[in-house]
Amino acid sequence: MADSDCIVIMGSNMAENHPVAFRWPMQAKVEHGAKIIHVDPRFTRTSAVADIYAPVRAGSDIAFLGGVINYVINSERWNKDPFFKTWVVNYTNAATIITEDFKDTEDLDGVFSGLMEYKGGLPEWPFNAFVGEYKPDSWQYARTKVGATGEMAASTARAGETRVTTGPAASKAAAAQGERKTPPGPPYDKLVAALLKPPVERDETLQNPRTVFQIVKRHYSRYTPEMVERATGCPKETFLKVAETILANSGADKTTSFAYAVAWTQHTYGVQMIGACALLQLLLGNVGRPGAGVMALRGHASIQGSTDIPTLYHSIQGYMSAPSALKKHDTLDDFIAAETLPTGWWANLPKYMVSYLKSMYGDAATKENQFGYDWHPKILGDHSHLAMFAAMNAGKVKGMLCIGQNPATSLNARLERAAMRKLEWLVVKDNWIHETANFWKTAPEIKSGEVKPQDIKTEVFFLPATQVAEVDGTFTNTQRLLQFHHKAAEPPGDCRSDPWFTYQLGKRLKKLYANSTLPRDEGFKNLVWDYEHESEHERKIGEPSALKILKEINGFYTDDPNRHVAGFAELKDDGSTTCASWIYSGVYPAPDKNLAARRTPDPPGQPGAHLNWGWAWPSNRRIMYNRASADPQGRPWSEKKKWVWWDEEKKRWVGYDVPDYPATKPPTDKAKPGATGMDALPGTAPFIMRPDGVGWLYVPAGLVDGPLPTHYEPVESPVKNPLYKQQTSPVLKYWKDPSNPIAQLGDQKYPYIITTYRLTEHYLAGAMSRWNPWLTELQPELFIEMSPELAQEKGIKNLDWVRVTTPRAQIRAKALVTRRMRPFVIDGKTFHHVGMPWHWGWEGISTGDVVNELTSLVGDPNVSIHEGKAFICNVEKA
Amino acid sequence: MQVSRRDFLRISVAAGTGTALSGLIGSGVNLGPAVARAQELRIKGAKTTPSICPYCSVGCATLVHTVDGKIVNIEGDPRSPHNEGTLCPKGAAIFQLHVNPNRPTQVLHRAPGATEWEVWDLERAMDRIAELVKKTRDETFIEKLPNGKLVNMTPAIFSLGGATLEIEFNHIHQKLMRGLGIVAIENQARI
Repeated sequence: MADSDCIVIMGSNMAENHPVAFRWPMQAKVEHGAKIIHVDPRFTRTSAVADIYAPVRAGSDIAFLGGVINYVINSERWNKDPFFKTWVVNYTNAATIITEDFKDTEDLDGVFSGLMEYKGGLPEWPFNAFVGEYKPDSWQYARTKVGATGEMAASTARAGETRVTTGPAASKAAAAQGERKTPPGPPYDKLVAALLKPPVERDETLQNPRTVFQIVKRHYSRYTPEMVERATGCPKETFLKVAETILANSGADKTTSFAYAVAWTQHTYGVQMIGACALLQLLLGNVGRPGAGVMALRGHASIQGSTDIPTLYHSIQGYMSAPSALKKHDTLDDFIAAETLPTGWWANLPKYMVSYLKSMYGDAATKENQFGYDWHPKILGDHSHLAMFAAMNAGKVKGMLCIGQNPATSLNARLERAAMRKLEWLVVKDNWIHETANFWKTAPEIKSGEVKPQDIKTEVFFLPATQVAEVDGTFTNTQRLLQFHHKAAEPPGDCRSDPWFTYQLGKRLKKLYANSTLPRDEGFKNLVWDYEHESEHERKIGEPSALKILKEINGFYTDDPNRHVAGFAELKDDGSTTCASWIYSGVYPAPDKNLAARRTPDPPGQPGAHLNWGWAWPSNRRIMYNRASADPQGRPWSEKKKWVWWDEEKKRWVGYDVPDYPATKPPTDKAKPGATGMDALPGTAPFIMRPDGVGWLYVPAGLVDGPLPTHYEPVESPVKNPLYKQQTSPVLKYWKDPSNPIAQLGDQKYPYIITTYRLTEHYLAGAMSRWNPWLTELQPELFIEMSPELAQEKGIKNLDWVRVTTPRAQIRAKALVTRRMRPFVIDGKTFHHVGMPWHWGWEGISTGDVVNELTSLVGDPNVSIHEGKAFICNVEKA
Repeated sequence: MQVSRRDFLRISVAAGTGTALSGLIGSGVNLGPAVARAQELRIKGAKTTPSICPYCSVGCATLVHTVDGKIVNIEGDPRSPHNEGTLCPKGAAIFQLHVNPNRPTQVLHRAPGATEWEVWDLERAMDRIAELVKKTRDETFIEKLPNGKLVNMTPAIFSLGGATLEIEFNHIHQKLMRGLGIVAIENQARI
């Protein structure tokens, strides 16, 4: 971001929540005059240093971004500067032609073609919660319509969550797949080749009305500056200033970057918000180049790591889909046929999948038994956080291991705590005795006498954990950078590391199952479980070796375990390599080379990417898709924005970064007809993970809620959708439960928009900050921010106690009356907006009400994230 | 990998502009020797171990100073291209995550229906947890669905957490869970 000419921070308060990273936008501003734009409902410290602050009401971001897209497409500069046309035609799917059956939200007043009643899911798992579903056949590229695999591959975890459908569409697709004769593997080359589809139809003049470009143009044609003002409450003039600044700072020698955080994800259309930004950035050529991109500012030390190495139900290692009972995943061949994209980099999936199974089951995974595929569990549907608490509340979940998370203060917190009371057992492993550990003892409903501890039959364990400096391990930061940290001190008392717990639990279970002869236990008995520490001292404690675990993640040769694989290019589909996570392959390429532990920065003043500081996946590439930093001929777009380019003498890609491209594939390379993998793509195609090698302005497959971002209202909103008759996403998730009521549009009991957020001095649900005397002194108390206008209307003074109410709960907080909040005028009507930080709970040395009691179990249909950033409430003086 | 104090000083002086006081260095005042001396006094006799901030996802590098195995100080690593030695208020409070009278160090157990915790032995707790995992798994395991699909899983055990924890934990934990047939594995990345 230090290389950006313009930085748009939207859906984030970067100055307060990622303050150290915020030094780099500030450096860009101070050193070369970059513009900082902040688009947010609240005027925060980020707004205070921004060149433009654009206020928008929470949840209206797609209307705003759609407005920028419309502005850009119709601007003189974008239509005249050859950079944009060259970029869009060569590096995006703008020229691709879409099937005639496609109907846009402009045609159907807010829904896409293919909408139907949701009838999917298994009777064994009725927690998928879709309110509707799309049959996405009509969204496809012409000539490459949804084939047997199209829909299946479309809905893999690569775009988010598994599509959980067993409706007629899926069974038809499954039937079609059954008919297709795919040759078995390994090797899987023939199977992958059998998945090939005809190349896409294109019109590089972009004039055909069915090109992606024309569809995008029509889709956003009503997102005018006037409409943006009506929908978001941002004055038209401010919006236009933002749009002009972004466009003026994009092009061959300028780049604009966007930064977002959970204010773009916690919505029932959060994936589409990010999609709208990606669409805009692709139109502007702001991807894969220095100072460009869409930066996710994530919230936890290794949240990226726990997504890559997924403690997430829907995906197994390296963004492969979890085997599912809802898809044609019956055998390993079926899985590979359903999940492999035959063109582009994902054609390598069989190698990654087989190497993963080898990491699970070791020598017991053989070609004859499909590398143990049958032992691997299959998911039944949505097993995400919200779905699991709904299932727990329905009595379907008996035991829970809670390690470093605090759900007693999580979404619709009263419901989550009621669900936990139905557990037979709960293990809490944490650094602090937080609200979840004590949910049976000190929760508000216990203190009020509503629930008696004697009636809670849950057996609860608390195991104290180590802190960061007491254990070896690796965090993956938001830049995909792996950084190893070293043990500096012994942990006190019974504090043990988190890997210790899992390793020791596994060892005990191995013993308990040792004599089982049941087929269901065979897989577990074969699970490779040997991480004995190199040091005798650690072995005595029972601590597993972080390096042995890292080695399993990195991969090695099965016939010579001391030989690590140097990277994912070495992985094989025949069982000769084992590798848990292909994307992390290369971090530990030799027994004496843990690249995540490197701490050598570049010398000052030298352009570079600090390639010897830690290690970034994939292959230590610091900017992804960086082939796009060169033009189709392989030359830098400009001297100023040079990053990776083709060196004609050396016949290879060179530059400041590791090229995210086959090193010797020349820009002149033509796509080979009938080829699979990278040979199927021309040397001009930078987006190697896409089957067509280009960035997707329009998403023909992979999302369950439509190919183009469309403005919907939050589930709870006081505003009628100004753009369409369809009020909310027609396929969102809602977990129906008497404890999860929703306020309907027009409900006068809840007139105010509320959003939640974090503070610099606190962390998440507070366990890691509310026990910390230094931090609690800095930020001692929960508050609710409101505008002077609202405070006057309600007779509330600064520091008064205020009652905040939603259909789920009522809590108390101190009023913070401030100009940082402002009323919004939407469609001529005034709407008040309040905001609350959500760090508090009843344990710790600073306590306060649980703000998440106000929230509900509703979710994004792609990824099941909740809508915590925009809902409605009432406030009254307490 | 331990960085000796001498190595560390050499590296940080070489990094030069990477220190928090680089602004002053740029203004013509050479604080290099003074900074080095101050550093030396503060961490005299201490061992320096490189570490990483456990709060947000920026990944600020830190240095942990220990004397006789006890943590005496944690501060930003001036070599880091990300934070160049700086830390935010949370990062500056990492020391209190470790050294804090409120920190629990004992294993606790609460029996069904009990009104208080009881202190338990770690080994006893681990044995009991393993027993419960096995019991629930065995009672709720589904090999095949009524439609004949082989699934080899249980939906009745839920594992939550991981985004604040090392990838080594995430790896072996998801492996153990999936190895047992437990599919409901989630962390903060979802919400």
